Amino acid sequence: MLSVRDLAVTFRTRRGDVPAVCGVGFDLAPGETLGIVGESGSGKSVTSYALMRILDAGGEIRSGAMTWNGTDLRNAREAAMRKIRGGEISMIFQNPRAALNPIRKVGRQIEDVLRQHGRATDRDAMGKAIAALEAVRIRNGAERYHAYPFELSGGMCQRIVIAIALACEPKLVIADEPTTGLDITTQKAVMDLMRDLIRARGMSSIVITHDLGLAAEYCDRLCVMKDGEIVETGPSAALFARPSHAYTRKLVDATPRPGVGVRDLLPAEARTPLPVHEPKAKKLLEVVDLVKTYAGKSGPVHAVEGVSFSIREGESVGLVGESGCGKSTTSAMLVRLLDPTSGAIVFENEDMAAIPADRFARDPRRGRIQMVFQDATDSLNPRHTAADAIAEPLRRIAGLRGKALDARIDELADLTGLPGHLLRRFPHQLSGGQKARVGIARAIALEPRFLVLDEPTAALDVSIQATVLNLLADLRARLGMTYLFVSHDLAVVRLLCDRVIVMQSGRIVEEGAADAVLEAPTHPYTRALVEAAPKPPRSEVVLRAVG
Amino acid sequence: MSGIVSPAPTPAPERGALAHVGHVLRENPVTAVSFAMFAVIVLMAVLGPALVPYDPLATNAARALEPPSAAHWFGTDHLGRDVFSRVVVATRLDLTISVAAVALSFVIGATLGAIAGYRGGWVDAVLARVLDTIMAFPLFVLAMGIVAAMGNTIENIVYATAIINIPFYARVVRAEVNIRREAGFALAARLAGNSHARVLASHIVPNALPPMMVQVSLNMGWAILNAAGLSFIGLGVRPPTPEWGIMVAEGANYIVSGHWWVALFPGLWLMLAVFTFNLMGDGLRDIVDPRRRT
Repeated sequence: MLSVRDLAVTFRTRRGDVPAVCGVGFDLAPGETLGIVGESGSGKSVTSYALMRILDAGGEIRSGAMTWNGTDLRNAREAAMRKIRGGEISMIFQNPRAALNPIRKVGRQIEDVLRQHGRATDRDAMGKAIAALEAVRIRNGAERYHAYPFELSGGMCQRIVIAIALACEPKLVIADEPTTGLDITTQKAVMDLMRDLIRARGMSSIVITHDLGLAAEYCDRLCVMKDGEIVETGPSAALFARPSHAYTRKLVDATPRPGVGVRDLLPAEARTPLPVHEPKAKKLLEVVDLVKTYAGKSGPVHAVEGVSFSIREGESVGLVGESGCGKSTTSAMLVRLLDPTSGAIVFENEDMAAIPADRFARDPRRGRIQMVFQDATDSLNPRHTAADAIAEPLRRIAGLRGKALDARIDELADLTGLPGHLLRRFPHQLSGGQKARVGIARAIALEPRFLVLDEPTAALDVSIQATVLNLLADLRARLGMTYLFVSHDLAVVRLLCDRVIVMQSGRIVEEGAADAVLEAPTHPYTRALVEAAPKPPRSEVVLRAVG
Repeated sequence: MSGIVSPAPTPAPERGALAHVGHVLRENPVTAVSFAMFAVIVLMAVLGPALVPYDPLATNAARALEPPSAAHWFGTDHLGRDVFSRVVVATRLDLTISVAAVALSFVIGATLGAIAGYRGGWVDAVLARVLDTIMAFPLFVLAMGIVAAMGNTIENIVYATAIINIPFYARVVRAEVNIRREAGFALAARLAGNSHARVLASHIVPNALPPMMVQVSLNMGWAILNAAGLSFIGLGVRPPTPEWGIMVAEGANYIVSGHWWVALFPGLWLMLAVFTFNLMGDGLRDIVDPRRRT
């Protein structure tokens, strides 16, 4: 039905032409779901944009053929492409909030597509739009029709985007990272919904994702892309079980899955023995009945409602929950960026909550409690080089200057595996993994005793996530740090943590040893979290039927 | 580092600030032209009095109102003074007034806006109302009022021009600071032991520079127009000091009698100067934005 041959796309830039896709070819049969898997920069999104002929300025299809049901997509006129886009091939974009018009009611946005392709008239458009909303399992379609995107959650917005994409009953749906940025239970709901709808309507689909586990669960066939080329193609289960290309092997290894340790994520040749990790019995931090209430427009908002837990010295504790559960507020209070409404934070037998966050910058304990931020890009000052970023705490707190400072920066770069020549670069000149290393180097610069890791790998590709997690495991042993690992992903938390605390709506609902919580969750919410995680087929073990 | 695969080192292209400026100029010919014109204006301001052929204040009744010629490129005015010499010499005064006014409003506006954007709450509300009050006046009339009330001196022209420009800077900076105060790098700076004041001054405000540079270049144009405008209506620099606004005002009387050059050339120079500053905005922004250094 769709056939792509030798597709090559290049982008014109300041330093000359940069090839983004070279020689990509694949076929898609009716009713088939194809997964295109690759890490950022592999050209997977560009391939799909080329299919729809919506490449950014500077992008050009250099060679190749794309045929869709006999139509030559490469040379089709713009008017013909407009009919095909949305009508026959439609697309679901990465960020649902950005894909929706913020000042137009969602129902209207569905009507727009229907009208554009002559599927609705003024009289029946509203009814059809409501039906489309109900088809994506939105209850009260008639009411939601009048909602604006900002009134809906991320998962709801993605359902609207799916409703728009499916409104004209296209024959092919291209989903570009459809669940990035969504919570794990929402991810499962959205993916299940998409699979059911696509199957019920007999459509084909292409799912573009960096998550091999997710792709393996939902796709019939996978193409693995690297540097603009397809390195391996095959049925999902077989590809996962017996990856033949080294790169696929690396991706499969790096995907967190049950029963593997943090070192198993690395390629086989890099699996050195994990340093011994033994928490001490002494308590380092104790949180007693911590409460944070914000004054909202419609009454007080209870972000954190009486949280108590303790962390022993050298222990790694995971704080798990979905967005809005209060885990970020809790960690901001622990690192003293935010004042609790009430409660105590006892660190080294002293209550830190007594000192206001505004004055904590000059507290002698400032250097002993540090944090690695969620988004490495956002957490680096765009005007400061990597060396400036790492130097900041050393200058301000340790008072290092001149040669001693430079020596310490080099030492930290070495410790975090950051090549020295990158130190003079600005954040936008670094890759995601390199920025993560800069963020970690800055956080450990003062050898803190307690380090909060706020989703440190959420924005990273799986292979980079694997190296960063291993780096964190090594550093913990080397510097004797205590970790609080904040994440929504239980599979990742398990790799690094001894104990897990699960939060929901500002309260702790379950707490226990990491493996015990994952294997035998007692609280229904924990169970939902565990079940929602993508279950990649076991590699090299007996295969389970996919889907 | 054991067990960690480091990314293969790739050679970093090292580029200096000058190379970056060079690139920005090459990429956009309009920017290059505006920077060249700016260089000419600055040269005129610095060296003007030493270069001009005549004393800009020397009158010569015998040669009054002569049209442009090889001896007097821009002709002579009603007192026989050389218009070209006066136009060139006036550059220093006009540029000084506008640079001083813009610098003053930049510093005051950025400080107020940064504090309001970072603190929010009542500080923000009070500042916003004060700025609205300033903006509610027709700005030129406000400047006229300030100069008329405080006295007809060059310092007062600078103050008046600065006051009417403060709201523009304060608003730009307030918005830019506001969206960055919760940014990861601002929080990280606090974890690194910076006080709020230092986070604001050394981390957040520098990131607001690119849009401010656009504002600076637009404002330079306005400031020159404003200074000339005040002089034009007699509320500014006093004759016989050469200044573009006064020269246009004096020359305006002679346009009806056919002596167009007396008003045209200072007006043309004024226009070119404003034009230059307006065109420089995008280039300045690209130069101060580190993200452009790819």
